[in-house]
Amino acid sequence: MIEALQNLFWILIFPGFVFTVALGLFASWIVRKVSALVQWRVGPPLFQPLYDIMKLMGKEILIPQDAQRTVFLAVPLVGLAGVLLLSTMLWRITIAQTAFVGDIIVAIYLMVLPSLALILGSSASASPHAAVGTSREMKLVMGYELPLVLAFIVVIIKTGGQLNLAEIAGYTPALSISGMLAFLTALLCVQAKLGFVPFDIAESETEVASGIIIEYSGALLAAWKLMHAMMLVALPMFLVMVFLGGFGTTLGWPLVAGIGKYVLVLVLLILIKNTNPRVRIDQAMKFFWFYCGIALVVAVILASIGNYYGISWL
Amino acid sequence: MSATAKREPRQTGREFMSWKIWSLKKSVWVFHVNTGACNNCDIEIVNLLTPKFDIERFGMKLVGSPRHADALLVTGGVTAQAAPRLREVYRQTPKPCVVFAIGACGCGTGIFRSGYHIVGPVDKIIREIDPNAIIAYVPGCPPKPEAMISGVVKALSVL
Repeated sequence: MIEALQNLFWILIFPGFVFTVALGLFASWIVRKVSALVQWRVGPPLFQPLYDIMKLMGKEILIPQDAQRTVFLAVPLVGLAGVLLLSTMLWRITIAQTAFVGDIIVAIYLMVLPSLALILGSSASASPHAAVGTSREMKLVMGYELPLVLAFIVVIIKTGGQLNLAEIAGYTPALSISGMLAFLTALLCVQAKLGFVPFDIAESETEVASGIIIEYSGALLAAWKLMHAMMLVALPMFLVMVFLGGFGTTLGWPLVAGIGKYVLVLVLLILIKNTNPRVRIDQAMKFFWFYCGIALVVAVILASIGNYYGISWL
Repeated sequence: MSATAKREPRQTGREFMSWKIWSLKKSVWVFHVNTGACNNCDIEIVNLLTPKFDIERFGMKLVGSPRHADALLVTGGVTAQAAPRLREVYRQTPKPCVVFAIGACGCGTGIFRSGYHIVGPVDKIIREIDPNAIIAYVPGCPPKPEAMISGVVKALSVL
């Protein structure tokens, strides 16, 4: 009984929902504020993402006449649940060391869930703009999943076949040539996963009028916004754990270093977002499959050689 | 550079709605509808996003879909072709929402008053489908961005 309550507390309050949402809203404020500063604007106030969510919660929910109602209403919660589970898992591994063998694979699956929910939701909404967005999102998912998994394979080779995130977080693969290559490509894949600018093809506001979420309004849109905010916590956190040697939890320098690594990844994402134009879907596919693919094959070979001969910087 | 706002009295649910209205005032997402304007007002609307005016300071942002919008910025005296579209866009906007008639044409069809293709100013078309719509008027040809910001502030203060 006590254990069940404690699990509920973990999922709903501390490393779970409330904590991740608060952190995610703060992170999305950082994204908007830094973007504004880059563009020489003032930017929104600190609690702006919270006001947005509150306002959306109070608005009317419109459902298109031809929409598949059940799927349309249910998938925002599916996406939200996926990110919640991912974030809770990562924080629990960091704080309480409750890792299990193969959790990196579980995390990879959980990371696909938000994109899958978006694809389902937009194709259920019976809108031509959403249909264009759906097809682009599907191609984008197929594009970036391959390099992302290859990048994790590089890490698994570098750490000598570890499939356990707590063990992987003990290494720092980014301090070698192959690990750096893998980190940079994984960063770009996360950029695409978050739908940030060079890869915001599915949601492009100026072409397909915010594509995949065009038909969502009110509380359902708020669920998508919350999901995106929580992804802003979970995905950079995952990169930090896999490539940059984890997130220290002991008070003092390890904690500061952990926060520093998270902020570094977030700021890199924001700067890429603000200095690039949107690419076409065919350019994105070519980029991920050819350029990132070749770079990662080189990285896998380098990592295998380094692992075989015991050269750690390769 | 004056802006006025009209609102029909609404009796029900005022107290219950308060937190909704409060957060609505803090974050107004606008959708831009051109109903046959000469593009001059549209340029001034886009001006609001530039570093000089930066309406994101007040939590306002331009969105791509009427379903995400809280305010419709309507420019142009409504043409016969645009009127059904304007009605449809208003119907698709989740309530509560505010309509802004931007520019001389939006407020009262302007110099196109006697044109054969003009079916009426923005407020007439909107009130046909929702008599209680909240409509604010920002006159000018084109109105200055400062006038638009002042109009938004005045309209939100009567909510």
